[in-house]
Amino acid sequence: MSEAVKVQEKPPQLLSTAKAGQTVRVVRIDAGRGLNSRLASMGLVANAELKVVSNGHPGPFVLIVKDAKVVLGRGVAQKILVK
Amino acid sequence: MKSITVALAGNPNSGKTSVFNMLTGARQHVGNYPGVTVEKKEGQCTHRDWRITFVDLPGTYSLTAYSTEELIARNYIQEDRPDVVVDVVDASNLERNLYLATQIMEMDVPMVLAFNMSDLAKRRGLEFDLAQLSQLLEMPIVPTVGNKGQGRTELLDAIVETAGAERKERTHRVTYGGEIEDELLRIEETLGKADGGVVARYGRRWLAIKLLEQDEDVTSKIRSGEVLKTVGQSVEHLRDILGDEPEIVMADRRYGFISGACQETIQSSVERRHDVSDTIDAVVTNRILGLPIFLLLMYVVFFLTFKVGSYPMEWLETFFGMLADGIVRHWPQGRAEWLQSLLVDGVIGGVGGVLVFLPNILLLFMAIALLEDSGYMARAAFVMDRIMHKIGLHGKSFIPMLIGFGCSVPAIMATRILENRRSRLTTIMVIPLMSCGARLTIYALFIPAFFPRHWQGPMLWLIYLIGIVLGIVAAKVLRLTVFRGETTPFVMELPPYRMPTSKGVLVHTWQRGWLYIRKAGTVILALSIVLWFAMNFPKPPADRLSGLDAQEARQEGLRYSTVGRVGLAVEPVLQPLGFDWKIGTALIGSVAAKELFVSQLGIIYSVASADEDSPSLREQLRANYTPLVGFCVMLFCLISAPCVATVAMTRQETQSWHWALFQFFGLTALAYTVTLVVYQVGRFWL
Ligand SMILES: Nc1nc2c(ncn2[C@@H]2O[C@H](COP(=O)(O)OP(=O)(O)OP(=O)(O)O)[C@@H](O)[C@H]2O)c(=O)[nH]1
Ligand SMILES: [Mg+2]
Repeated sequence: MSEAVKVQEKPPQLLSTAKAGQTVRVVRIDAGRGLNSRLASMGLVANAELKVVSNGHPGPFVLIVKDAKVVLGRGVAQKILVK
Repeated sequence: MKSITVALAGNPNSGKTSVFNMLTGARQHVGNYPGVTVEKKEGQCTHRDWRITFVDLPGTYSLTAYSTEELIARNYIQEDRPDVVVDVVDASNLERNLYLATQIMEMDVPMVLAFNMSDLAKRRGLEFDLAQLSQLLEMPIVPTVGNKGQGRTELLDAIVETAGAERKERTHRVTYGGEIEDELLRIEETLGKADGGVVARYGRRWLAIKLLEQDEDVTSKIRSGEVLKTVGQSVEHLRDILGDEPEIVMADRRYGFISGACQETIQSSVERRHDVSDTIDAVVTNRILGLPIFLLLMYVVFFLTFKVGSYPMEWLETFFGMLADGIVRHWPQGRAEWLQSLLVDGVIGGVGGVLVFLPNILLLFMAIALLEDSGYMARAAFVMDRIMHKIGLHGKSFIPMLIGFGCSVPAIMATRILENRRSRLTTIMVIPLMSCGARLTIYALFIPAFFPRHWQGPMLWLIYLIGIVLGIVAAKVLRLTVFRGETTPFVMELPPYRMPTSKGVLVHTWQRGWLYIRKAGTVILALSIVLWFAMNFPKPPADRLSGLDAQEARQEGLRYSTVGRVGLAVEPVLQPLGFDWKIGTALIGSVAAKELFVSQLGIIYSVASADEDSPSLREQLRANYTPLVGFCVMLFCLISAPCVATVAMTRQETQSWHWALFQFFGLTALAYTVTLVVYQVGRFWL
């Protein structure tokens, strides 16, 4: 319960600023229609829970989305709002 | 006997091809990274009194019109109407995999769910109530383990049963919520009044859903202005009240439906843990260590294929040498000497010269198979992304490039995993710079001929590295000029590591090795014979040979032959690179197949030398050329004109001769320039 409250209190941030080991929830994805739908098909939709495995600054991101490990380019990570 | 067609659909890397192979006994390419199958493949099997044709489709996460693979898979299901669609899902990652299932369900085709990777799911502590899930999804579910052949009979039973069963209206389906359902209904109604043909073909609900998602392919099929107007209004309206694109909200609802179904039917006894894959990834995808590890791994691959392969290579060389000696010794004196020369110089010199490198080729493809099956391939793409990003491509482009170290032809095919056409064209253009297996034969011949033992490994590595660096530079230039455009977003799944199975690796290796042998026995053999004739005819008139000793006469004969004339004609062009006419003709031959370079040098030096105790080809090369020339030959072969098979493949995949010729001449010009600089500078220094 306290866990859930804590998550909700955080202000939304861009996924690209998230740190390794953090677990975040997707608020919104603004990546244009084509990419939005591709991300959705891989499980990246609003409310999905993401675990940031590594923020490969300046390289790509590694996330765990619904049990699968997914690599996201930085450009994409900048279009995803999480909290 | 009843005949049916069954399509295998599913997410990338869910094991469709493994299941396909299990069902049909085929040996299609399986690998542990997303995007192995890029073309649909067919195969047959009979089960009870059914004759079943299976179609293995490329893997997709969804069925939108945004990517070509998805469109191929979707069109196949819609237009060819298979009798049953088997959705192969990765049971260890069910929710994501069922997303595609909900979309196929909407297409209203009879379905069977293959719960593949059920071994993995069990190991992860997932327990399924299959009976209930099957009831909710209204389709049979069969657990399978594709790579071990488990669940075959059960799956076939379910398929024929589904094909034979009467079609029923679905009772459970994804409902998109009040607002969206209202609009869907409105669109369905207008559709009913207009566009009769399209509706009968695709079904009203599916059309309405796709129209609301603003699917371009479907929208272009609709003729009626009234329908389009209604859709426009609905989209507008929904955007207003939902505050988002309808298609995104609809994706959300699909996941809602799935998680509803899963909640009741999946028990997870353990949380997702930090597993072995994560531990390995922490090292190999490490920001600092990732790239050095990758480079080291590649070094090990190339060095091992070269070093370990050199022992069996020597046995084979001895064997062919003995064979040639045997023929010479037992040949009836003075009878059909031309035939003896054709056999010894042409066939053994040409084909044998290529076959001795079979061990290297087998090792190379084994190494690539290990990379593919273990799951490292996708990691290499990840590690290279930072560099690839700088040149305007992304990491995924590196997967086809890696395959290119085996052979450019499948590599060009594999570029289909790239979504963006410009990125794809760029990648195709530079793939020949990834030095292929056929070119390895040239290095395996030249490096030991010119360089001392402890230099051989680094030399080989240097050649490969030059190819990679040139590829990267060329890609950058292409992206700045001909293929200018935005970088596409990089999204890719990293599959869990898997222990490569010995069967899988051996099948892989053998398939490629067999191709090599077959090529040696057909193309190389035929061309070697042609070349032998071209090197022996026309014969010089007797007066040209008067006063020459046997060795000089041979040389004169060669110069006078067709090959000699062609070689001498191109010699002035190649002289600035340090090449003589013999290398020149071999280079021309290598356009047909890179191995032919080795064959032709073999034939030419064997024709040119006396047949008794003739020195080996390597010794002759060492006697005739400097190490610098040897290096330049390798450099030129690395970069220059891709072989005809590559040109044909580029033409097929780009749908234009334009790009194929651009690649051919562009690379040749690059090879000429680079080699010229290296030779001239090198000559000055050395
Ligand atoms: N543990 C386990 N591994 C499997 C199973 N089925 C397939 N694999 C492995 O999963 C990987 C992917 O298999 P493929 O058959 O190539 O997958 P695909 O769906 O055809 O992949 P794409 O063609 O890329 O879409 C390979 O490494 C297989 O050996 C299974 O049931 N259990
Ligand atoms: Mg496949």
